[in-house]
Amino acid sequence: MPSELNKLTIAEASTLLRKGEITALQLARDCLDRIQAIEPKLNAFITVCEKEALEQAHAADRRLKSNEAPALCGIPLGIKDIYATRGVRTTCASRILGNFVPPFDATVVERLRAAGAVFVGKTNLDEFAMGSSTENSAFGATLNPHDTERVAGGSSGGSAAAVAANECLGSLGTDTGGSIREPASFCGVVGMKPTYSRVSRYGVIAYASSLDQVGPFAKSVRDAAIILRTLAGKDPRDSTCSARAVPDYERALTGDVKGLRIGVPKEYFVEGMQPEVEKSVRAAIKIYESLGAKAVDVSMPHTGYAIAAYYLVATAEASANLARYDGIRYGLRIDAEDHIDLYNLTRAEGFGAEVKRRIMLGTFALSAGYYDAYYLKSQKVRTLIRRDFERAFEKCDLIVTPVAPTTAFKLGEKMNDPLTMYLSDIFTISVNLAGLPGMSIPCGYDEKNLPIGMQLIGPPFSEETIFRAGDAFERAGSFKPRPTAV
Amino acid sequence: MAETRITLEQVRHVARLARLQLSSSEEESLRGDMDEMLAYVDKLNELDTTDVPPTAQVGEAGTPMREDDVTNAPVAEEMLANAPSRERNYFKVPKIIE
Repeated sequence: MPSELNKLTIAEASTLLRKGEITALQLARDCLDRIQAIEPKLNAFITVCEKEALEQAHAADRRLKSNEAPALCGIPLGIKDIYATRGVRTTCASRILGNFVPPFDATVVERLRAAGAVFVGKTNLDEFAMGSSTENSAFGATLNPHDTERVAGGSSGGSAAAVAANECLGSLGTDTGGSIREPASFCGVVGMKPTYSRVSRYGVIAYASSLDQVGPFAKSVRDAAIILRTLAGKDPRDSTCSARAVPDYERALTGDVKGLRIGVPKEYFVEGMQPEVEKSVRAAIKIYESLGAKAVDVSMPHTGYAIAAYYLVATAEASANLARYDGIRYGLRIDAEDHIDLYNLTRAEGFGAEVKRRIMLGTFALSAGYYDAYYLKSQKVRTLIRRDFERAFEKCDLIVTPVAPTTAFKLGEKMNDPLTMYLSDIFTISVNLAGLPGMSIPCGYDEKNLPIGMQLIGPPFSEETIFRAGDAFERAGSFKPRPTAV
Repeated sequence: MAETRITLEQVRHVARLARLQLSSSEEESLRGDMDEMLAYVDKLNELDTTDVPPTAQVGEAGTPMREDDVTNAPVAEEMLANAPSRERNYFKVPKIIE
């Protein structure tokens, strides 16, 4: 039997489980051992679910004997602590939900449970998914497994770090402005943000509802495809969720990208970005050309306005979504004589600095006299950004860009400068505004041995093409993943 | 819009709307942060959007309908288990009506 089963990919583990060469219990134990050994260095998890995971693994082993087990049966996964998990504390990395135990499962959690997946724990994030570094967590920052003086990215930093450090085989994140893709890039794993509406958000704690989307982290494109197939599809409990049939994404992984037109937008290769990032992504484009794809220049002139539009749309929606945290039915309550004071004090005590900042900006943008100038204006610019993509996709099938302008930055480096922190999402945010699928896959390392990610962006519901292109790049073998420092 | 630099009084007004009790140092730092962000988003005014329709949603058009059947189990006890304060099967709140 192979040792350190936690290092397997989902595809590998699934095959071995089916052959009976390993058990789900052994696999879960190896992940839990790894978690126990390195969590003091990483802080990727808010809650580790050892007892529940072992029970799930035990049940998976029984089911695997039946030969009818789904692909994720017995696979240990990390779940971002933004997903409601029945009976397991769900905090969203906020003091205001510090003791909240949901009486229900999010739809995607329910689907993974039904598929026999094993949940090793709830992963760390920026409070209410607001951040790009997982430093805005009431439970402390998650550190990057490649260099523990650096951030894991965010907001799904715990989910990215946990997969990179082999604490689990895959994980769930959410992506509102880059919260899956940027941490995937910083930690050197695959992170997929599907088309807006592809996956149900029922039971996912809302940040900005016109942008939020659910997606997987994995060690390979194939693994991400396996997870997404289980997550995606119609849900009567989320009216925004698409009824389109879910393809078997794995079947799209043919390795063939001949004739694929790859758009290279000049606005995504800008002055000030880390030279190694540009070099590495351009080298990846050369690999695609050597595989028979065709690189074409495209232009997206409104890219430079995306962050401004995003921080009005997202904060406005957040200010409305977070109004529900009032200390009445669940979560923290600070008592007061008067109910208005109760709200004021509870929210003051329960929310962290970044959440307050965004609630304030969003409330202002929606307030009387400013709505047209800010919120409506940003929604109009959003249309221009969508049109940029529509025009680009007349000339190409996919767009290839860097995920972030730099590799992982140091802890604390951007914490006192919110705008600089927001700018780290410059290459990912437009994709959310346009509702498109985008995937981050590792494509190189900088001289400090930190991972670099490239982003593949497609038209709505082009996940198969994105997976096919990502997988073809992995097969080309020019990029060799390196072990993490931790 | 360049003159829309935010005042402390505006910060207090917005905090009231958002039901956030701010300390005076928070008011001061939020005033600075909001000022910086509002100056940054001013760049949107470089774009003429007179004839551009707003995008509110990027999902597929239409709102699907379904039968209004109850599908969830009654879990009052589990719901109330999260209540900061309860009395019997009720959430308990401060007195609102004199």
